[in-house]
Amino acid sequence: MQRHFDEELADLNKEILRMGGLTEESILKSVEALKARSADQARQVITDDKQIDQMELAIDEKCLDLLALHQPMAIDLRFITMTMKISTDLERIADLAVDIAQRVLEIADKPQLKPLIDIPKLATLAQSMVKEAIDAFVRRDVELAKKIILRDTEADNLRNLVQSELITDYIAKDSSTAPRAVALLLVARHLERICDHTTNIAEDVIFMVEGKVVKHHLDIL
Amino acid sequence: MSIIEVNKLDLFYGNFQALNDITLGIEKQKITALIGPSGCGKSTFLRSLNRMNDLIDDVRISGSVSIDGRDIYQPGTDLLALRKKVGMVFQRPNPFPLSIYDNVVYGLRVHGILDKKIMQEKLHWSLESVHLWDEVKDKLDSNALALSGEQQQRLCIARLAVVEPEVLLMDEPCSALDPVATAKIEDLMHELKKQYTIIIVTHNMQQAARVSDYTGYFLLGELVEFGGTNQIFTSPKDSRTEDYLTGRFG
Repeated sequence: MQRHFDEELADLNKEILRMGGLTEESILKSVEALKARSADQARQVITDDKQIDQMELAIDEKCLDLLALHQPMAIDLRFITMTMKISTDLERIADLAVDIAQRVLEIADKPQLKPLIDIPKLATLAQSMVKEAIDAFVRRDVELAKKIILRDTEADNLRNLVQSELITDYIAKDSSTAPRAVALLLVARHLERICDHTTNIAEDVIFMVEGKVVKHHLDIL
Repeated sequence: MSIIEVNKLDLFYGNFQALNDITLGIEKQKITALIGPSGCGKSTFLRSLNRMNDLIDDVRISGSVSIDGRDIYQPGTDLLALRKKVGMVFQRPNPFPLSIYDNVVYGLRVHGILDKKIMQEKLHWSLESVHLWDEVKDKLDSNALALSGEQQQRLCIARLAVVEPEVLLMDEPCSALDPVATAKIEDLMHELKKQYTIIIVTHNMQQAARVSDYTGYFLLGELVEFGGTNQIFTSPKDSRTEDYLTGRFG
């Protein structure tokens, strides 16, 4: 039986999809700004973030209204509460894109330290994890969500690789490179944190679909 | 620990099967809620726990219902003692058209307790237990029907409490009450469960979620799902329960 409530839930689903799209774009633009060492592009990422902040507030408000007015249960309750958590994670991901943009502003006018190899790899991984997490949410795809969670180690490994290279080959050898090396090191850290937030989303998707808590119990995957 | 064990219970009204192979255990001093659409067997099941269905013609029952380890459908079961042990609160408060005093001590008289001092003590204690004493202590001789609906419902619970039952069956006890009165009865249920095992039939799912420890979902005479209330309302295992809770049913 089609319920009027279903239309409201479908709207919420679309809102998350839209917010996810903007968040993905934000990561892409921040990494483009880094590659192009463009302060203008970086500033654009920071400006665009306001829209994502507004979306988070609007989604939370909508969820609260639905909880208060419909007193949902079972799958509806899990969908609305997880939507609230996922919108928070997306907003944090967008904030991390802003953090990357700020690192770009710090180094944009300085000479390039090194050609970027592993950071773009990490950025591609982060973007695809965000995209897949949103897909898993929209399609209620538990198998995809599980894959995302397992990919988090890949992100940790890439971050470690970037970190050890920057410390051993640059900071340890020539301390004058430290400001630029630390900025790049932080970018890697921000990207890795983005991957962490996508695993949160994936865990929430599994709870939403199956009612099973996998958070902090990755052994049961 | 289960105080009531129901095993493979079937119940027929003539040719109509109202309960189909019900098996479950009811935990002592917990609140168990029974939910489900109208006509699915919840109230029939509730009434089978103190053999009130015996009062209806053409009822056939098979399977067993054990309370404190004794099958209540065995021949020779003392029905008066059974209904003292397993009392029932109905949808509409149903005090007798007598004084408040006479309503409460009615059960004592039926069970042969006529000592004025004991009656007085038990009256006081049972009205206290439903938080009605302070409201009625100065008008014990007034007609019980002059009380508000919610006070009448509490009086009916006091009337059961006075004979010290073990189990309280509640068949939609709040459906005739407004939200404030409902909240008072629900608070009372939380206190009563320290002493009694409560089984409540309710159409109000929020009420089931608020008050109960365990929930059973009935559909077409079957117990579709039974489990902890948290689990049933957040992550039901059976899609039929899910459909009912989310209003997709029907």
